[in-house]
Order: sequence, then C-alpha cells, then structure tokens
Amino acid sequence: MKRLLASAWVIARRDYVATVFSRIFILFLATPIFPVLFGAMFGAIGADQDHQTAHRPVVALITEAPATRALVAAHERLVTRLGDDVLPDLAPLPAAAAGSGERLARSLLKGQGRRYAAVLGGTLEQPHLLLSSQAPDGTDDDVALLIDTARATAALGEAAPPPVSLGHAAVALGADVSGAASDRVGLASGAQTGLFVLLVLLAGMSLSTFIEEKSNKVIEVLAAAVPVDAIFLGKLISMLAIAMTFVLVWGVIIAIGLLALAPQLLAHVPVPAVGWPAFCVLVVAYFIGNYLLLGAVFLGIGSQAGSPREIQVMALPVTMFQLLLYGLAAAGTSHPNGWVAWAAAIFPWSSPLAMLARAAELPVLWPHLLALIWQTIWLVVALRFASGLFRSAVLKSGDGRPWWKRGFASQ
Amino acid sequence: MADLAVEAEGLVKWFDKARAVDGVGLRVPTGSIHGVLGPNGAGKTTTLRLLLGILDPEVGWRRILGEDKPMRAAPRIGYLPEERGLYPSMNPREAIAFLGALRGLPLAEGRRRATQLLEEAGLGHAAAKPIRTLSKGMAQTVQLLGTIVHKPRLLVLDEPFSGLDAINQQRLEGLIRAQVDDGATVLFSTHVIAHAERLCERITVIAKGGVRFDGTVAAARDRLPSRVQLRTRRADGPWRAALPADATAQDRDWSFALPADGIEPVLEALIAGGAGIETLAIERPSLHEAFVELVGEPVAQDETEDAA
Repeated sequence: MKRLLASAWVIARRDYVATVFSRIFILFLATPIFPVLFGAMFGAIGADQDHQTAHRPVVALITEAPATRALVAAHERLVTRLGDDVLPDLAPLPAAAAGSGERLARSLLKGQGRRYAAVLGGTLEQPHLLLSSQAPDGTDDDVALLIDTARATAALGEAAPPPVSLGHAAVALGADVSGAASDRVGLASGAQTGLFVLLVLLAGMSLSTFIEEKSNKVIEVLAAAVPVDAIFLGKLISMLAIAMTFVLVWGVIIAIGLLALAPQLLAHVPVPAVGWPAFCVLVVAYFIGNYLLLGAVFLGIGSQAGSPREIQVMALPVTMFQLLLYGLAAAGTSHPNGWVAWAAAIFPWSSPLAMLARAAELPVLWPHLLALIWQTIWLVVALRFASGLFRSAVLKSGDGRPWWKRGFASQ
Repeated sequence: MADLAVEAEGLVKWFDKARAVDGVGLRVPTGSIHGVLGPNGAGKTTTLRLLLGILDPEVGWRRILGEDKPMRAAPRIGYLPEERGLYPSMNPREAIAFLGALRGLPLAEGRRRATQLLEEAGLGHAAAKPIRTLSKGMAQTVQLLGTIVHKPRLLVLDEPFSGLDAINQQRLEGLIRAQVDDGATVLFSTHVIAHAERLCERITVIAKGGVRFDGTVAAARDRLPSRVQLRTRRADGPWRAALPADATAQDRDWSFALPADGIEPVLEALIAGGAGIETLAIERPSLHEAFVELVGEPVAQDETEDAA
C-alpha cells in the first residue's frame, strides 16, 4: 500500500508539473474569460431590455378633480397592501388640462417621449381609457381595479370601514416548509449547476491523459516499474490537482470580484440548511468526490483508446453521460426525500450532485458522511476495474488493439 | 544450487489464438551476463515482459531476485524496453531522476546522480535541454542512464544495441560489464549474434516461442562439429576414399565436418596416398552458425521491429 501510494505520487507529480508549468496551461486557465465576456455582453443587452420593461407603466389622469383624488387615494391604499410593482403609476395632470377630451389624450400618448402607457379621462361613473399600443398587457384591468376601488369607497362614503390590522398567529412546520424552503431549492439547483459546469469543463481532460504515455511509449517503462493501479491512481490525483488549481485560481478571482463590485449580491443568497461552514466543506468534498468518480471512469475509457481521434469520438457520449447524471440529480432537487432524490443520492456517479442539493435543503449531517464513504468505496471499485481492464486489454494484447476490437476468447 | 537472479519455468502466453511464448524456461545466475537470442518475432520481448511482470503468464511461474511477484522486486530492477520512451518535454536530468523515482529513488538523489552520470557519458552540456532537441543516440543514452540510476541488481535490456552506432555499442558493452563488475546481473535480448558472443557467458536461444538452446556460448558452438578446411596439391587420387562422403570440393579445396574419430585417420590416408597437404585448418563453428542451426532458418540481420 505504501509503495502503491509512493509510486502514485511519483506519477502524479510528473503529470502535474508537466501540465501546470507549461505555457498551454495559461490558455487553459484563461478559458473561462471567454464565456464571462460573452456573459457580460449578453447581460448588458438583457439589462438594457430589462431597463425598458421593468419600469412600471404610467397612466396619465385627466379626470375631473374629485375623480382624480379618489383614484389617487385608491392607488395608495392598494399599493400599501400589494406592493409597488403590481399597479401602474398614476400621473395626475393639472386641472387646466382636465376635461379636454380625446384629442388631449391622444396628444399626451404621442408626445413627451411617449412616457404614458395610457390616459384616463372622464369621471368615475363614465371613465374613458385610451391605451397606447406599447402599454403592457393588463394595464386596462389594473386601471379598472383602481376605478372599482375608488367607486366602492366613494359609494360607501363615511360608512367605509377603516383598514383592518391582523395579529400574527404563525405555525412552525419545520425547515421544509419554512419561508426559506423555496429559496433553498434555488440554492440547491444553483450549487448543483455550478458543480456540473465545473465538472463538464474539467473532467473531460482525464479522457486523454493516457494518450501521452501511449504515443511516446513511456507506458512500457511505467508498467514495468510500478503497479498499473498506481499509474491510474497517480494520473487521477494529478488530474484532480490540476482541476483544483483551476478552481482555486478562479474561485479567488470571482470571490474578490464579487466582494469588491457587488457585495449586495451575496446578501440575497439564502443560508443553506446545514449552515455556511458545513456547506462550503461539503461543496469541496463533493467536487472532489464527483471529479474522482467521473475521472476514474474517463481514465479507464481513455486508456483503451489508441489515438487522439478515438478520444475525440468518445468526448460526446461522455458529456452526454454527465448531462444524464445532472438531469437525474436535478430531478430530485425539489423533493429531497422523494424516490428520485434518493435514487440520485444512491447511484454513486450522481450521488455528489444530489447530496450537495440535499445539504442546501436539509440540515441533517450524517447522511453526508455516509454518502462520502459510499462514494469512496465506488471510487476504489471504479479505479480497480479501469486498471484491470487496462491490464487485460491493452498490456496483454501486445498489439495495442483495444478490447472491443478483439474476440472474447483471447481475454 | 547456484544463486539465481532469474528463474522461470514453462512460461506460456497466448495472444489471440497464437502462442507467443510456449513453455519458455530460464535460469540466470546472479552476477552473470545472460543473452536471450532469437530471430525477429521469436517471443524474446514477450518473454522479458513476462519475467518483469508487465504481463502475467497463462501457465508457468517465474521468480525474480527471490520474488514470486516480479513487481515486488521492481525497485531492484532496471528495464530498457525495446521501444524507447521518454517524455519529450523533460530534460535529461529530470528524465533520469524520474525513471529513478519510479524505482523508488528519492528525486533529489536521482537528480544528483543524473548530473554525474550525464557528465561521465559526455552529455553534461545537454543536461538541461528538452529531450526532443536531442539526437536519437543521445536520447537512448539518457534512457539507459535512467535504467541504471537506482543501481539495480538486475538489468533487463531489450535489444539494447539496436539503433546505436559502433562507438556507442562499444560504450554500452563497457557499461554492461561495469554493472556486472558491481555485482549486478544482466539479462538482455538481441538478434545480433556478435554482441551475445562477446558479452555473454550463457545464452538462451528462443525461436517460435520456444527454447531451442540454453547453456554456455561454448556449449552452443559445440553442438555443431568443427569443420575441417583442407587444401591438397593434387586434385585426385585413391586417398579421396579416405575423405568423408559429405565433403565438398572446390578445385583442390575440401571442406567437411570433423569425423567422430578425429582427423588423424584421414591424415594418415592422405599422407600414405601422397595427396600433398598444402593447408589444413580445423575450425570451431561460430555462434552464428550454431544459431542458424538451432533456429533452423536464416537469421535476419536487419533492424526491423521485433513483432513480439
């Protein structure tokens, strides 16, 4: 065991140094800049559009003075209870303009930079609404609600009851259904997606790591000197270390960027159910777990390939496989105790994604310990299987043909 | 029983439906130089890979430096594969240290020894250049130094002389002898007889996956009778009856295998018959001739790749 680890360390150190201290690694490290730039670009366009639509429509009031007062009062009452965003803003125009009819209304809609979505004239009993073609859907309904409320209040007069004030009687139903539950599902999905994207970006590397030794014949020297298990373990460790280097560099850049530029964003993130410190530890643990599990499989598949072309062909199904795992884990996110979530948590390759979502949603910690042990067991199984396949298929073949091209009789 | 560095018996290895190695056995005493000879595709490389534990035999067993599992002895073994392989972007010093580290030598010590070995081999100036910029011969030397940097007890060299010029072949022979002087055992394969003849005490001849001969070089040569080369002054006479029936004649030159009862009866008949002996030579057969006889087919002398 000690020799296995020592040998794996020698292999891992070589791979890591050869990869990280090379010029091409800078490019690899810089890769995320492109999507970030694209993101910023599209974000800017999107924000521009948001800027137009997010503004509440403004309805100009050219109603007669009593109606105007009643409408403004009704608007205030409704907005107090329902929030700013649900109703259009009102812009009462000076009395001088009032009552001038439809011509004024049309000129208001067309003039002044088209800031009005609609113009309301007439009285409460006989209102005239003129809508701009650019008014959001439902503006007429919103205005109708205002008029209804104003009419009801006016009809009741002094008999109108004062606004009611309700006392609190909240029932605690546990973390699941607390107010934060839906936010936490969002956090769970976010964390899951982030992990998935990182893995898609980084795990694919391990497909091609054996091609180097195969093409420069070093594999013969390695296989003669150290156990094949140690070669696989060493390669896996170096891939993980390279991925962690990548994540660390970008993690620090993004963290500094967020704290410096938009600290308020962090304030809106809900606290995960297990708390931030435990969640951060689990994010790292599940990243490592998932990376190693996928890496072991990819390493095994990649070790069977004889040429870079075969690696390229394999890249697509491998990405699909990852997408499938993500789909399975994501399907369980909204119901962390449903059978889909359990299935995703138990299947070793989707387990890290599923358990990370669980950590965001449920506060219990012991299942995570269990899951990490479970994942470690499967990692060992996968690694042994991959190296066994390599030994029997590639080394024993002598002619370099992968196992699927040879008859079963020969194995 | 003599102390054996390598011991193997009845090794069988199938590739697809062909027996690449068919019952090969081998005994290499500690501190000796042992050659595995055979034509291309005979199964030499596969035999070495079986001995090293890169492959597992389907039948048979091997014991390397006292270990039934060859991987356990790996730190005490140095192996130069037939297809040389180094990382092209590494420099020679790092490559040698890496090869040593694979065999359990600490990296710092490996670097220190690498510098020294490179200096001794006259490659000190190239110690920090990427291997891809070196010539093929230099790269081979670097790999060979990487094979001995951890001072192995057993050195396994697969076709070590192929691709080297005469000077470097000579240097390699010196290096192999130096290793043996230090107490190491050397096992190497070759299809070039001359190297085996110069270096080896014992040889194993492999052809078509099986052992054709195992023993000393002298014993291999003794398997063929010595040949008599004779030149007479007269072309014909009654004395001709005294020559063996299989003697070949070319003008007045005769060539025949040394008769079992020696040359004396023939000589007496020749002298009595007045044949007139101009020259007479009794030549031991060369290892090359013995090899051809053992393998039963002409030996390819080119450097084409060994298929096994």
